[in-house]
Amino acid sequence: MQKPMSHSYGAPSPPVHVRELRKIYRDIAAVDGISFSLQSGSITALLGGNGAGKTTTISMLMGLVVPTSGEARVFGADMARERHKVLHRMNFESPFVDVPMRLTVRQNLEVFARLYGVRDLKGRIAETAEEFRLADFLDRPYGKLSAGQKTRVSLAKALLNEPELLLLDEPTASLDPDTADWARSKLEGYCCGRGATVVLASHNMAEVERLADRVIMLEKGRIIADETPPELIKRFGRANLEEVFLAIARRGVADGEDTRSTA
Amino acid sequence: MNQGAPAASRLSTLREQRTLAASGRRIYGLVLRYWYVIRSSWPRTAELIYWPLVQMLMWGFLQTYLAQTTSFAAKAAGLFIGGVLLWDILVRSQLGFAVAFLEEIWSRNLGHLMMSPLRPAELVAALILVSLIKLLVAMVPVALLAYALFGFNVLGLGFAFAAFFANLVIMSWSLGLVSAGVVVRWGLGAESFAWLIVFVFLPLCCVYYPVATLPPWLQTVALALPPTYVFEGLRAIVLRGDVVGHLMVTALALNALYFAAGWATFAYFLRSARVNGTLVQMGE
Repeated sequence: MQKPMSHSYGAPSPPVHVRELRKIYRDIAAVDGISFSLQSGSITALLGGNGAGKTTTISMLMGLVVPTSGEARVFGADMARERHKVLHRMNFESPFVDVPMRLTVRQNLEVFARLYGVRDLKGRIAETAEEFRLADFLDRPYGKLSAGQKTRVSLAKALLNEPELLLLDEPTASLDPDTADWARSKLEGYCCGRGATVVLASHNMAEVERLADRVIMLEKGRIIADETPPELIKRFGRANLEEVFLAIARRGVADGEDTRSTA
Repeated sequence: MNQGAPAASRLSTLREQRTLAASGRRIYGLVLRYWYVIRSSWPRTAELIYWPLVQMLMWGFLQTYLAQTTSFAAKAAGLFIGGVLLWDILVRSQLGFAVAFLEEIWSRNLGHLMMSPLRPAELVAALILVSLIKLLVAMVPVALLAYALFGFNVLGLGFAFAAFFANLVIMSWSLGLVSAGVVVRWGLGAESFAWLIVFVFLPLCCVYYPVATLPPWLQTVALALPPTYVFEGLRAIVLRGDVVGHLMVTALALNALYFAAGWATFAYFLRSARVNGTLVQMGE
């Protein structure tokens, strides 16, 4: 497990620092006292079954949900109280959150570029359109695009402001294998090129193995594993991450040794 | 130290100017988003004009008929048509604000906006500007037709019209803030609240009759509402040619309270939605 970075005075804040984060809805703990820090330039996958707490964690990292207790800090800012200090340095992509359907792709990119204070608006939109192969449908309404085209637009929107922290929720869901592979390459390229930090929630284990250099596995709002993908696979004695995930999800056993002994 | 102080002050001023400029760019960006929606659909634009036009025609012809049959209506030319135009300023401005906000919920875009650097006050500023744009699109053609068909020139009210307009739109924004807050907190289940809230004020604000018509206890309620003073002011001008300054000052003071309450309600429900997690679940 990675140790949190120190917070001595004057030291740069880690991109993400989560301490004893807890979110309780009525009497259900969606996130139950998790702590972790992310290093700059890392790609970290949040894994877990439905209701494990991934989306709630990401929502608290964006400041859209206020924690019941604990804190989520991004670039040193407490996201419950001072998120506007850092929101321009981050962005988010999810195929489940649409951008306005009636606006064309170009109009959407223009609006978001203005919201994020992007300089050289037209130049950046042209650059992004070329990079994400949007030119053919740049002036078509977003609502009339195919799922693959919509995902490309969402990715372009997420990278418009060249974020230092990128939060991705199932970024390649509903994409065909070829487009999904292309999208992963784009994300890999962006992160390597810019040194951006990425938090990725995904159910696609092959995607996680390829992209992530760290996996935080959640179950019932708690961290049950926090390692690199190869370490996790080795500890659980499985062939790949998919098998590790299935073993944990089906048996509900948090400890790798127990999982192996019952396999 | 002495040299450092002015430099620090200049730096602080520069920083404030940059912050304001960035804020302006975000507001403009969001106004642009709503403008693109209006522009993308002619039925929406037609819908903006449709009801004010129907209302104006109906009240205009009714007044023409009454003017031929009763001496009071003949004397009070412009009372009904002025009332309907002013009432529509309140309704169209409130709906302009509320529907622009609902657009974000319908398109499941509120999450994107809330995780962007856009601040709640900037969102409200953009909604206010959009409500004004929609109001102009709706009311300018209708006001021109009212003049052409019935000889009623709303600008003939002079300075009073500016005061009426200001008081009505400020009240509409307060109602818009409350309706947006309710939708943020309770989702699309509360959408009808945003559409209907303004109509509660139709009987209470005494659009077409004097406050004295109401029972005494209801008069107290009516006098606590800024639009009542606008419609009383309209009657004072049309019937007696009175000056309405004192009425407008009272309306403005009440409006300041209503707007503060509207903002507090919106801010409270927005915070409440972040606590309850409803902000991330919002959509069709």
